[in-house]
Amino acid sequence: MTSGQKKGTFSVLLIGVILGIILWGGFNWALALTNTETFCISCHEMRDNPYEQLQDTIHFTNRTGVRATCPDCHVPREWIHKIVRKIQASNELYHHFIAKDVDTVEKFEAKKLELAKHVWKAMKETDSRECRNCHNFDSMDFDKQESRSADRHEEAIDKGYTCIDCHKGIAHELPEGYDPGEDAPGGENDEG
Amino acid sequence: MKKIVQITIVAFGLLLIIGSTASAKESVASLRGTADIEGASLKVTKKKVISQEGGFERNYKQQPPLIPHKIEKYKITLKNNGCLKCHSKKNHKKEKAPMVGESHFLSRDGKKLEKVSTRRYFCNQCHAPQLDANPLVKNEFEGVK
Repeated sequence: MTSGQKKGTFSVLLIGVILGIILWGGFNWALALTNTETFCISCHEMRDNPYEQLQDTIHFTNRTGVRATCPDCHVPREWIHKIVRKIQASNELYHHFIAKDVDTVEKFEAKKLELAKHVWKAMKETDSRECRNCHNFDSMDFDKQESRSADRHEEAIDKGYTCIDCHKGIAHELPEGYDPGEDAPGGENDEG
Repeated sequence: MKKIVQITIVAFGLLLIIGSTASAKESVASLRGTADIEGASLKVTKKKVISQEGGFERNYKQQPPLIPHKIEKYKITLKNNGCLKCHSKKNHKKEKAPMVGESHFLSRDGKKLEKVSTRRYFCNQCHAPQLDANPLVKNEFEGVK
Protein backbone atom coordinates (compact mmCIF):
# COMPACT_ATOMS: atom_id res chain seq x y z
CA MET A 1 0.00 0.00 0.00
CA THR A 2 1.25 3.46 -0.86
CA SER A 3 1.02 6.17 1.70
CA GLY A 4 -1.84 7.73 -0.32
CA GLN A 5 -3.86 4.48 -0.18
CA LYS A 6 -3.18 4.27 3.57
CA LYS A 7 -4.45 7.80 3.99
CA GLY A 8 -7.59 6.95 1.98
CA THR A 9 -8.39 3.87 4.08
CA PHE A 10 -7.86 5.85 7.22
CA SER A 11 -10.18 8.66 6.17
CA VAL A 12 -12.90 6.20 5.09
CA LEU A 13 -12.65 4.55 8.51
CA LEU A 14 -12.76 7.90 10.28
CA ILE A 15 -15.80 9.05 8.32
CA GLY A 16 -17.45 5.71 9.07
CA VAL A 17 -16.88 6.06 12.77
CA ILE A 18 -18.16 9.64 12.86
CA LEU A 19 -21.22 8.79 10.76
CA GLY A 20 -21.83 5.77 12.97
CA ILE A 21 -21.79 7.90 16.10
CA ILE A 22 -24.11 10.48 14.59
CA LEU A 23 -26.60 8.00 13.09
CA TRP A 24 -26.72 5.45 15.91
CA GLY A 25 -26.56 8.17 18.53
CA GLY A 26 -29.32 10.09 16.76
CA PHE A 27 -31.45 6.94 16.48
CA ASN A 28 -31.09 6.24 20.18
CA TRP A 29 -31.74 9.88 20.99
CA ALA A 30 -34.97 9.83 18.98
CA LEU A 31 -35.94 6.52 20.59
CA ALA A 32 -35.42 7.95 24.07
CA LEU A 33 -37.21 11.17 23.23
CA THR A 34 -40.30 9.36 21.96
CA ASN A 35 -40.27 7.23 25.11
CA THR A 36 -41.25 10.02 27.49
CA GLU A 37 -44.63 10.97 28.86
CA THR A 38 -44.15 14.53 27.63
CA PHE A 39 -43.97 13.16 24.10
CA CYS A 40 -47.03 10.91 24.59
CA ILE A 41 -49.24 13.73 25.83
CA SER A 42 -48.08 16.16 23.18
CA CYS A 43 -51.08 14.77 21.24
CA HIS A 44 -54.38 15.99 22.68
CA GLU A 45 -55.94 12.54 22.28
CA MET A 46 -53.58 11.15 24.89
CA ARG A 47 -53.58 14.24 27.08
CA ASP A 48 -57.38 14.56 27.33
CA ASN A 49 -58.28 10.89 27.69
CA PRO A 50 -55.88 8.30 29.10
CA TYR A 51 -53.61 10.81 30.83
CA GLU A 52 -56.54 12.66 32.36
CA GLN A 53 -57.95 9.41 33.74
CA LEU A 54 -54.58 8.17 34.96
CA GLN A 55 -54.29 11.06 37.38
CA ASP A 56 -57.04 9.75 39.67
CA THR A 57 -55.45 6.35 40.05
CA ILE A 58 -52.83 4.86 42.33
CA HIS A 59 -50.32 4.79 39.48
CA PHE A 60 -50.25 8.59 39.55
CA THR A 61 -51.29 9.63 43.07
CA ASN A 62 -50.27 7.59 46.10
CA ARG A 63 -48.65 7.56 49.53
CA THR A 64 -45.04 7.42 48.49
CA GLY A 65 -45.04 9.65 45.43
CA VAL A 66 -43.61 7.02 43.13
CA ARG A 67 -45.49 6.98 39.85
CA ALA A 68 -45.68 5.24 36.52
CA THR A 69 -45.47 7.19 33.28
CA CYS A 70 -47.12 6.09 30.02
CA PRO A 71 -44.10 4.21 28.57
CA ASP A 72 -43.54 2.31 31.84
CA CYS A 73 -46.66 0.29 31.08
CA HIS A 74 -47.10 0.68 27.34
CA VAL A 75 -43.58 0.34 25.91
CA PRO A 76 -41.60 -2.86 26.49
CA ARG A 77 -38.13 -2.42 27.95
CA GLU A 78 -36.32 -5.14 26.02
CA TRP A 79 -34.84 -3.77 22.81
CA ILE A 80 -36.46 -6.05 20.24
CA HIS A 81 -39.98 -5.78 21.75
CA LYS A 82 -39.50 -2.05 22.07
CA ILE A 83 -38.68 -1.67 18.37
CA VAL A 84 -41.71 -3.80 17.42
CA ARG A 85 -43.94 -1.58 19.56
CA LYS A 86 -42.40 1.57 18.08
CA ILE A 87 -43.18 0.35 14.57
CA GLN A 88 -46.76 -0.49 15.61
CA ALA A 89 -47.03 3.05 16.94
CA SER A 90 -46.93 4.39 13.39
CA ASN A 91 -50.55 3.18 13.23
CA GLU A 92 -51.33 5.68 15.98
CA LEU A 93 -49.86 8.45 13.82
CA TYR A 94 -52.23 7.39 11.03
CA HIS A 95 -55.23 7.70 13.36
CA HIS A 96 -54.03 11.06 14.64
CA PHE A 97 -53.19 12.74 11.35
CA ILE A 98 -55.38 11.04 8.73
CA ALA A 99 -58.27 8.98 10.14
CA LYS A 100 -58.97 11.44 13.00
CA ASP A 101 -61.34 8.92 14.61
CA VAL A 102 -60.44 9.61 18.25
CA ASP A 103 -59.92 13.36 18.09
CA THR A 104 -62.73 14.26 20.50
CA VAL A 105 -63.48 12.89 23.96
CA GLU A 106 -66.80 11.52 22.66
CA LYS A 107 -65.18 9.69 19.75
CA PHE A 108 -62.53 8.33 22.08
CA GLU A 109 -65.15 7.05 24.54
CA ALA A 110 -67.06 5.38 21.72
CA LYS A 111 -63.94 3.51 20.64
CA LYS A 112 -62.58 2.84 24.09
CA LEU A 113 -63.81 -0.73 24.53
CA GLU A 114 -62.08 -1.77 21.31
CA LEU A 115 -58.86 0.04 22.26
CA ALA A 116 -58.91 -1.39 25.78
CA LYS A 117 -59.40 -4.90 24.41
CA HIS A 118 -56.28 -4.49 22.28
CA VAL A 119 -54.22 -3.58 25.32
CA TRP A 120 -55.73 -6.35 27.46
CA LYS A 121 -55.00 -8.89 24.73
CA ALA A 122 -51.41 -7.70 24.33
CA MET A 123 -50.83 -7.83 28.09
CA LYS A 124 -52.34 -11.29 28.34
CA GLU A 125 -50.09 -12.54 25.53
CA THR A 126 -46.93 -11.18 27.13
CA ASP A 127 -47.94 -12.45 30.60
CA SER A 128 -48.23 -8.80 31.73
CA ARG A 129 -44.54 -8.23 31.01
CA GLU A 130 -44.65 -4.47 31.56
CA CYS A 131 -46.45 -4.81 34.93
CA ARG A 132 -43.79 -7.21 36.06
CA ASN A 133 -41.03 -4.71 35.40
CA CYS A 134 -42.03 -3.30 38.78
CA HIS A 135 -44.41 -5.83 40.37
CA ASN A 136 -42.82 -9.14 41.12
CA PHE A 137 -44.49 -12.10 42.85
CA ASP A 138 -41.13 -13.04 44.39
CA SER A 139 -40.92 -9.68 46.13
CA MET A 140 -44.51 -9.64 47.37
CA ASP A 141 -44.91 -10.10 51.11
CA PHE A 142 -48.30 -11.78 51.35
CA ASP A 143 -48.34 -11.19 55.11
CA LYS A 144 -48.42 -7.48 54.48
CA GLN A 145 -51.28 -7.72 52.03
CA GLU A 146 -54.92 -7.89 52.98
CA SER A 147 -55.90 -11.50 53.42
CA ARG A 148 -58.15 -11.39 50.39
CA SER A 149 -55.41 -10.07 48.11
CA ALA A 150 -52.93 -12.58 49.49
CA ASP A 151 -55.33 -15.49 48.86
CA ARG A 152 -56.02 -14.36 45.31
CA HIS A 153 -52.34 -13.80 44.53
CA GLU A 154 -51.46 -17.28 45.75
CA GLU A 155 -54.25 -18.68 43.61
CA ALA A 156 -52.91 -16.68 40.64
CA ILE A 157 -49.46 -18.22 41.06
CA ASP A 158 -50.90 -21.73 41.29
CA LYS A 159 -53.22 -21.38 38.33
CA GLY A 160 -50.95 -19.22 36.19
CA TYR A 161 -53.17 -16.16 35.97
CA THR A 162 -51.57 -12.99 34.76
CA CYS A 163 -51.89 -9.48 36.25
CA ILE A 164 -54.34 -8.13 33.66
CA ASP A 165 -56.76 -11.02 34.27
CA CYS A 166 -57.93 -9.27 37.44
CA HIS A 167 -56.42 -5.80 37.37
CA LYS A 168 -58.34 -4.19 34.53
CA GLY A 169 -59.11 -0.49 34.67
CA ILE A 170 -56.56 0.26 37.37
CA ALA A 171 -54.77 3.06 35.52
CA HIS A 172 -57.60 4.36 33.33
CA GLU A 173 -61.37 4.31 33.68
CA LEU A 174 -63.07 1.15 32.46
CA PRO A 175 -64.74 1.46 29.06
CA GLU A 176 -68.48 1.39 28.55
CA GLY A 177 -69.67 -2.08 27.65
CA TYR A 178 -67.30 -3.87 30.00
CA ASP A 179 -68.99 -5.25 33.10
CA PRO A 180 -66.56 -5.97 35.95
CA GLY A 181 -69.29 -8.06 37.58
CA GLU A 182 -69.22 -10.55 34.72
CA ASP A 183 -65.46 -10.93 34.39
CA ALA A 184 -63.38 -13.12 36.67
CA PRO A 185 -60.20 -15.00 35.78
CA GLY A 186 -60.81 -18.64 35.05
CA GLY A 187 -64.49 -17.94 34.37
CA GLU A 188 -66.13 -18.70 31.03
CA ASN A 189 -66.38 -14.99 30.28
CA ASP A 190 -62.66 -14.45 30.72
CA GLU A 191 -61.86 -11.69 28.24
CA GLY A 192 -58.73 -11.28 26.24
CA MET B 1 -97.20 61.72 80.13
CA LYS B 2 -98.92 58.40 79.35
CA LYS B 3 -97.14 58.30 76.00
CA ILE B 4 -93.72 58.76 77.56
CA VAL B 5 -94.33 55.86 79.99
CA GLN B 6 -95.42 53.61 77.07
CA ILE B 7 -92.34 54.48 75.05
CA THR B 8 -90.03 53.80 77.99
CA ILE B 9 -91.62 50.38 78.63
CA VAL B 10 -91.33 49.36 74.96
CA ALA B 11 -87.73 50.60 74.84
CA PHE B 12 -86.82 48.60 77.96
CA GLY B 13 -88.50 45.51 76.50
CA LEU B 14 -86.53 45.83 73.26
CA LEU B 15 -83.28 46.29 75.18
CA LEU B 16 -84.01 43.14 77.21
CA ILE B 17 -84.63 41.05 74.07
CA ILE B 18 -81.51 42.32 72.31
CA GLY B 19 -79.45 41.77 75.45
CA SER B 20 -80.64 38.20 75.95
CA THR B 21 -80.02 37.16 72.32
CA ALA B 22 -76.52 38.64 72.52
CA SER B 23 -75.66 36.59 75.61
CA ALA B 24 -77.24 33.48 74.07
CA LYS B 25 -74.97 33.88 71.06
CA GLU B 26 -71.94 33.71 73.32
CA SER B 27 -73.03 30.60 75.19
CA VAL B 28 -74.00 28.46 72.14
CA ALA B 29 -71.14 26.33 70.90
CA SER B 30 -71.65 24.45 67.65
CA LEU B 31 -69.74 21.43 66.39
CA ARG B 32 -67.34 24.06 65.11
CA GLY B 33 -66.39 24.73 68.74
CA THR B 34 -65.51 28.24 69.82
CA ALA B 35 -63.55 28.93 66.66
CA ASP B 36 -64.20 32.37 65.20
CA ILE B 37 -66.74 32.35 62.36
CA GLU B 38 -64.49 34.52 60.23
CA GLY B 39 -61.36 32.49 60.97
CA ALA B 40 -60.19 29.27 59.40
CA SER B 41 -61.90 26.12 60.63
CA LEU B 42 -60.04 23.67 62.83
CA LYS B 43 -57.73 21.29 61.06
CA VAL B 44 -59.35 17.94 60.46
CA THR B 45 -57.33 15.05 61.80
CA LYS B 46 -56.72 12.45 59.14
CA LYS B 47 -58.41 9.13 59.78
CA LYS B 48 -58.01 5.76 58.20
CA VAL B 49 -60.76 3.62 56.79
CA ILE B 50 -61.40 0.54 58.93
CA SER B 51 -60.91 -2.85 57.33
CA GLN B 52 -62.78 -5.45 59.32
CA GLU B 53 -63.04 -9.03 58.29
CA GLY B 54 -66.57 -10.38 58.60
CA GLY B 55 -68.08 -6.90 58.33
CA PHE B 56 -69.84 -4.69 60.87
CA GLU B 57 -72.91 -5.61 62.91
CA ARG B 58 -76.09 -3.83 61.85
CA ASN B 59 -77.43 -1.18 64.23
CA TYR B 60 -81.07 -1.55 63.30
CA LYS B 61 -83.32 -3.74 61.19
CA GLN B 62 -82.84 -3.35 57.44
CA GLN B 63 -79.87 -1.07 57.84
CA PRO B 64 -77.83 -1.09 54.65
CA PRO B 65 -74.71 -3.03 55.68
CA LEU B 66 -71.67 -0.83 56.30
CA ILE B 67 -68.64 -1.30 54.08
CA PRO B 68 -65.79 -2.94 56.03
CA HIS B 69 -62.99 -2.00 53.59
CA LYS B 70 -61.45 0.83 51.58
CA ILE B 71 -63.37 1.82 48.47
CA GLU B 72 -61.11 4.40 46.84
CA LYS B 73 -60.00 2.00 44.11
CA TYR B 74 -63.52 1.01 43.07
CA LYS B 75 -65.28 3.50 40.89
CA ILE B 76 -68.95 3.77 40.18
CA THR B 77 -69.59 5.58 36.91
CA LEU B 78 -72.47 5.63 34.46
CA LYS B 79 -70.50 3.14 32.37
CA ASN B 80 -69.64 0.53 34.98
CA ASN B 81 -69.75 -0.29 38.65
CA GLY B 82 -66.46 -1.37 40.23
CA CYS B 83 -68.12 -2.76 43.37
CA LEU B 84 -69.70 -5.49 41.26
CA LYS B 85 -66.24 -6.86 40.50
CA CYS B 86 -66.63 -8.78 43.77
CA HIS B 87 -70.27 -8.34 44.83
CA SER B 88 -71.98 -9.44 41.59
CA LYS B 89 -74.09 -12.56 41.30
CA LYS B 90 -71.38 -14.19 39.24
CA ASN B 91 -68.26 -13.31 41.19
CA HIS B 92 -69.29 -13.09 44.84
CA LYS B 93 -68.70 -16.74 45.71
CA LYS B 94 -65.24 -16.77 44.23
CA GLU B 95 -64.34 -13.49 45.90
CA LYS B 96 -65.93 -14.58 49.21
CA ALA B 97 -67.92 -11.36 49.24
CA PRO B 98 -71.58 -10.87 50.12
CA MET B 99 -73.81 -10.66 47.05
CA VAL B 100 -75.82 -7.58 46.16
CA GLY B 101 -79.15 -8.04 47.98
CA GLU B 102 -82.04 -9.63 46.07
CA SER B 103 -84.09 -6.46 46.60
CA HIS B 104 -81.61 -4.62 44.40
CA PHE B 105 -82.75 -6.56 41.36
CA LEU B 106 -86.34 -5.33 41.60
CA SER B 107 -87.66 -2.46 39.53
CA ARG B 108 -89.87 0.23 41.00
CA ASP B 109 -92.92 -1.85 40.11
CA GLY B 110 -91.55 -4.98 41.76
CA LYS B 111 -90.51 -6.66 38.51
CA LYS B 112 -87.44 -8.87 38.73
CA LEU B 113 -84.53 -7.69 36.59
CA GLU B 114 -81.45 -9.40 35.17
CA LYS B 115 -79.08 -6.69 36.33
CA VAL B 116 -78.92 -4.43 39.37
CA SER B 117 -81.78 -1.95 39.15
CA THR B 118 -80.75 1.57 38.21
CA ARG B 119 -82.30 2.91 41.41
CA ARG B 120 -79.93 0.70 43.42
CA TYR B 121 -76.91 1.23 41.20
CA PHE B 122 -75.01 3.85 43.20
CA CYS B 123 -73.92 1.68 46.12
CA ASN B 124 -72.43 4.41 48.27
CA GLN B 125 -75.67 6.33 48.41
CA CYS B 126 -76.63 3.92 51.20
CA HIS B 127 -73.53 1.87 51.99
CA ALA B 128 -70.64 3.72 53.61
CA PRO B 129 -67.14 2.81 54.72
CA GLN B 130 -66.28 3.58 58.35
CA LEU B 131 -63.48 5.72 59.74
CA ASP B 132 -61.60 5.14 62.94
CA ALA B 133 -63.18 8.22 64.58
CA ASN B 134 -65.00 9.06 67.80
CA PRO B 135 -68.57 10.37 67.55
CA LEU B 136 -68.69 14.18 67.40
CA VAL B 137 -71.42 14.22 70.02
CA LYS B 138 -71.46 11.79 72.93
CA ASN B 139 -74.50 9.55 72.91
CA GLU B 140 -75.78 6.36 74.44
CA PHE B 141 -77.20 4.76 71.36
CA GLU B 142 -77.21 1.00 71.39
CA GLY B 143 -77.84 -1.04 68.29
CA VAL B 144 -80.26 -3.94 68.09
CA LYS B 145 -78.89 -7.08 69.64
